[in-house]
Amino acid sequence: MANFDFLEKKSKWVRTETLKLHKFAPGTRIASSLSAVEILVVLYYDNILDYDPKNVLWEQRNRFIISKGHGSVSMYPILADLGFFDLAELGRISTENSFLGNIPDTGVPGFETINGSVGHGLGIGCGVALALKRKGIDKKVFVLSGDGELNEGAVWEAVMFASFHNLNNLILIIDNNKLSMLGYQKDILGMEPLKHKFTTFKWKAECVNGHNIKQLSEALHRLNRDTSDQPKVLIANTIKGKGIPELENDELCHVRVLTEEEINRTLQKWQ
Amino acid sequence: MAINTNEPKRMRDVLLEQIYQKMFKDDRIFFLSDDLGAPILDKLRQDFKDRFINVGIAEQNLINVATGLGLEGFTVYAYGLAPFFLRAYEQIRINLALSGQMKEINVNMIGVGSGVSYDVSGPTHHCLEDLIVMRALPNIVIFSPSDWYITQQFIDYSINVKKPKYIRLDGKPMPCIYDKHTRFNWDNGFHEIRKGDDLCIISTGYPTHMSVHIINKLRGMNKNMGLIDVFLLKPINRDALFNSLKNYKQLITIEEAFIDKGGLDALMLGILNDKNSRIPVHRFGFKDEYLFKFGSRDYLYRSQDIDENTLLQRILQMMEKQEKNRTSKLHN
Repeated sequence: MANFDFLEKKSKWVRTETLKLHKFAPGTRIASSLSAVEILVVLYYDNILDYDPKNVLWEQRNRFIISKGHGSVSMYPILADLGFFDLAELGRISTENSFLGNIPDTGVPGFETINGSVGHGLGIGCGVALALKRKGIDKKVFVLSGDGELNEGAVWEAVMFASFHNLNNLILIIDNNKLSMLGYQKDILGMEPLKHKFTTFKWKAECVNGHNIKQLSEALHRLNRDTSDQPKVLIANTIKGKGIPELENDELCHVRVLTEEEINRTLQKWQ
Repeated sequence: MAINTNEPKRMRDVLLEQIYQKMFKDDRIFFLSDDLGAPILDKLRQDFKDRFINVGIAEQNLINVATGLGLEGFTVYAYGLAPFFLRAYEQIRINLALSGQMKEINVNMIGVGSGVSYDVSGPTHHCLEDLIVMRALPNIVIFSPSDWYITQQFIDYSINVKKPKYIRLDGKPMPCIYDKHTRFNWDNGFHEIRKGDDLCIISTGYPTHMSVHIINKLRGMNKNMGLIDVFLLKPINRDALFNSLKNYKQLITIEEAFIDKGGLDALMLGILNDKNSRIPVHRFGFKDEYLFKFGSRDYLYRSQDIDENTLLQRILQMMEKQEKNRTSKLHN
């Protein structure tokens, strides 16, 4: 039984550290990084992913591919906390000689792929899932995607591929925060009904509240154990900029840089 | 098995046969296609059902799936028509070129029908850009063979050098330039077919066939012209290449690609410039336009004034000028 209290506390800590990173590096996409916090915390602290911080390419690890590169700065505190690299690195973000940039890349221990350009992760995930089957490694491949990047045609090439090839070891998590750079997806291309789109493409699809630890934990454990022959998608409904009212209500929050005063006020409130 | 290098063959058929043979011995080879076939591919599809994957008409996913397999240590061949790889240029850039700098990824893109080898199929099926745009990408090896023998010899390089590669294959059956005793220096990336006196051609791919005809005709006129075949545009040993041509008086580049945009001509100009060389370079290739014309390859070349006869006449003029210069220097 998961310790939800512990996971809640971890989420709070990750959110705080992510905001501190934004203070160091104002170019980080803070709103997009806050919507995925609980998803990442459950994956890493609730025994979903198997990993070895001292041997990042451990053959038996779960592969976790982050397709929404901009919005994964909240991975930095998690990876540092788990020992992938030193916590002190966080304070050097986006400075000379640091391997932590505004957008994470494959030079960061714990990141599998290049992530700054969206719409690639699922296709690569398909190749990795095929490879693990061929090697006989019984571990799932997880891909985290934003909803905005589902606009990319390459994603749907991969969606068709995954179900046709019965990639049941592939789990896509969509951080469905409903906003891309210029506004709400419903006003841009209207990706809904998202779940229906995936089930039509023969995927197993579930929806959860992406900030509800219990729902996330139960759904991810269930999908991780799932033995059907389908690829699986978890649509995590989230709020972009979660936890910061200035961002939550701003249609253009993707590129919003918080002032030092706003950051300090928020950090104080979160204490 | 005896090799008859006079027999016209498609580079594609020779390479696919090599891959097919390797797949028996090496179970870590995958072959992906974007729904492009070949008669010789049928047995590979049949015998390796679990390692041949038709990703569908989906070039972006072709590269992405190949990347995923490559990241896990598999050797991957990704097969498609040369021009359609450009549709996946973003995937090639991000997942092969960028990632290839940080991780070992052995993905071999096989682009069939380079240049205007699909002559009568029109401009969508011509591919005069690939050499140029692939050269722009760091970390991508570019193999541009001139005959099926060197294509056959490439198989071990493709498996052993664990980097992303673009393999540019001509679509037409042709006999070999090289004989079966030729050994290639893969670290150099070029082969000196003949040493000449004052002038030398540097070519890649199909134009090397034209160049062989040209230097043979010149030989019949008692004129000895050099010829260098560049088969690896990247990486290439720039020092060794310069050493092979630094004593010539004039150089000629011929490529089945747009010129003046960064292909073989730019490679040569860059090397000469870096070495402070003043050897003049005459560049031949395709002009800055698409060909909405239908006819033989020679017809397309004639429309660009780069067919064999025109090139021969141009070279004779260059030689004549060279001779005049020499004579006037002697008299002065």
